[in-house]
Amino acid sequence: MIKIQNLQKYFGSKQVLKDVSCEIKDNEVVCVIGPSGSGKSTFLRCINALETAQGGSIDVDSFIVTSAETDLNKLRAHAGMVFQRFNLFPHKTALENIMLAPMKVKGLSAAAAEAKGKELLARVGLAEKADSYPSELSGGQQQRVAIARALAMEPQVMLFDEPTSALDPEMVGEVLDVIKSLAHEGKTMIVVTHEMGFARQVSDRIMFMDQGQIVEQGPPEKIFSAAENERTRTFLSKVLLHHQ
Amino acid sequence: MFAWFRTDIIIEYWPLFLQGLKTTLILTAIGIFFGTILGLFLGLGKIANVERGFWKWPVQLMIRLPSQIYIGFFRGTPLFVQILLIHFALVPLLIHPEDGVLIQGEWALYLKREYGAMISGALALSLNSAAYIAEIFRAGIQSIDRGQFEAARSLGLSYFHTMKSIIIPQAFRRMLPPLGNEAITLLKDSSLVSAIGLAELAYAARTAAGAYARYWEPYLFISVLYLVITLAMSFMVHRLEKRYQSA
Repeated sequence: MIKIQNLQKYFGSKQVLKDVSCEIKDNEVVCVIGPSGSGKSTFLRCINALETAQGGSIDVDSFIVTSAETDLNKLRAHAGMVFQRFNLFPHKTALENIMLAPMKVKGLSAAAAEAKGKELLARVGLAEKADSYPSELSGGQQQRVAIARALAMEPQVMLFDEPTSALDPEMVGEVLDVIKSLAHEGKTMIVVTHEMGFARQVSDRIMFMDQGQIVEQGPPEKIFSAAENERTRTFLSKVLLHHQ
Repeated sequence: MFAWFRTDIIIEYWPLFLQGLKTTLILTAIGIFFGTILGLFLGLGKIANVERGFWKWPVQLMIRLPSQIYIGFFRGTPLFVQILLIHFALVPLLIHPEDGVLIQGEWALYLKREYGAMISGALALSLNSAAYIAEIFRAGIQSIDRGQFEAARSLGLSYFHTMKSIIIPQAFRRMLPPLGNEAITLLKDSSLVSAIGLAELAYAARTAAGAYARYWEPYLFISVLYLVITLAMSFMVHRLEKRYQSA
């Protein structure tokens, strides 16, 4: 259960999150949509403390993110993150990328971490790429390795920050398929995305953010066909038109 | 054509030149070794930052600020002055038969007599190169994409493990060329310690020159020696770069 209350975030004097509050239940899949600069990525990054909130509180399964006493390393092992630009470690192979954190953070043996790494690579369909370096992989393959890397810590919560935005169009599908399979397994997931078809298909709830606020939220059928807020409707009509 | 070149001077002072070469190489090696270790900590110290909580101000005042002052001082003052300051002021304060802060008595007397200039020279070069190497480390670390740091931290890795396993290995490849340059600079700058009577290459040349009032031979000769070593160093750094690029 994730509980966020009155979250405030400034970059300099610019307020990027204004009093954001919401609750996300266990195993719920939430997609966050909204125009660029609406604060959705910042919102996501506050949840695992990559950004420090200046006000309000965030509680992720009883990790009080906003408290100075919280062990952020434990929180982050609990809430995995997948980045827009993959951020794989270029000096390590796909398998080594996945093995690193379980060994250093959880103290797994090399053999156990390797077994786990191989299993995860197989799961994202890249078993044969274990010894490849990131520079030898396509964008879609890199992102799938990045997902496997996050999963290796067995997080209860998965955060996706525009996971397909940096991909060539023909590679978007393979990455979304992996994320979908996770959604069906029942992990708590928050996905910031511009892929409306995907959002509609996998999410239990859609949040629409604009100008640092959650303007509207609800089940996908409702948001996509009968949004109440004018800004939501304008945004959706623009992006949906663009996608056709 | 080179008949004017009196090789006999070089031959007569050969043992002194050989000893000088050895001292120069030892000084450079010590400077690079301790400069790199100290430089790594200073470089990390200069960018150390805790965003919130109890450690924020202690880290700022006890780690970051001293590192900045240290680097500022050693880069902002002449090495020659630093050598004199260390040899005639700092080292006598630390190592003195009567009231040395670190070492006193017989032991201090012995160290001073046998290795006085060597200790000061090695200390000065190490402290000085550390400041430059710290800047190389800092620049190398900061040149790594922030996403690498975030990805590592997002997996639960501590700051220490993130630096050790992710950031520094990547930064090291980029730091090789400037580190090579620093090693070459250090080799050449080691000639300055002849001013405190340490018998390295420049001291050997000055001695030979003084004895015969001939300046071309000894100084050209050590120039060639310096050149051969710096070229060899560039070659080694180049090979290392190649090896790391292909990995």
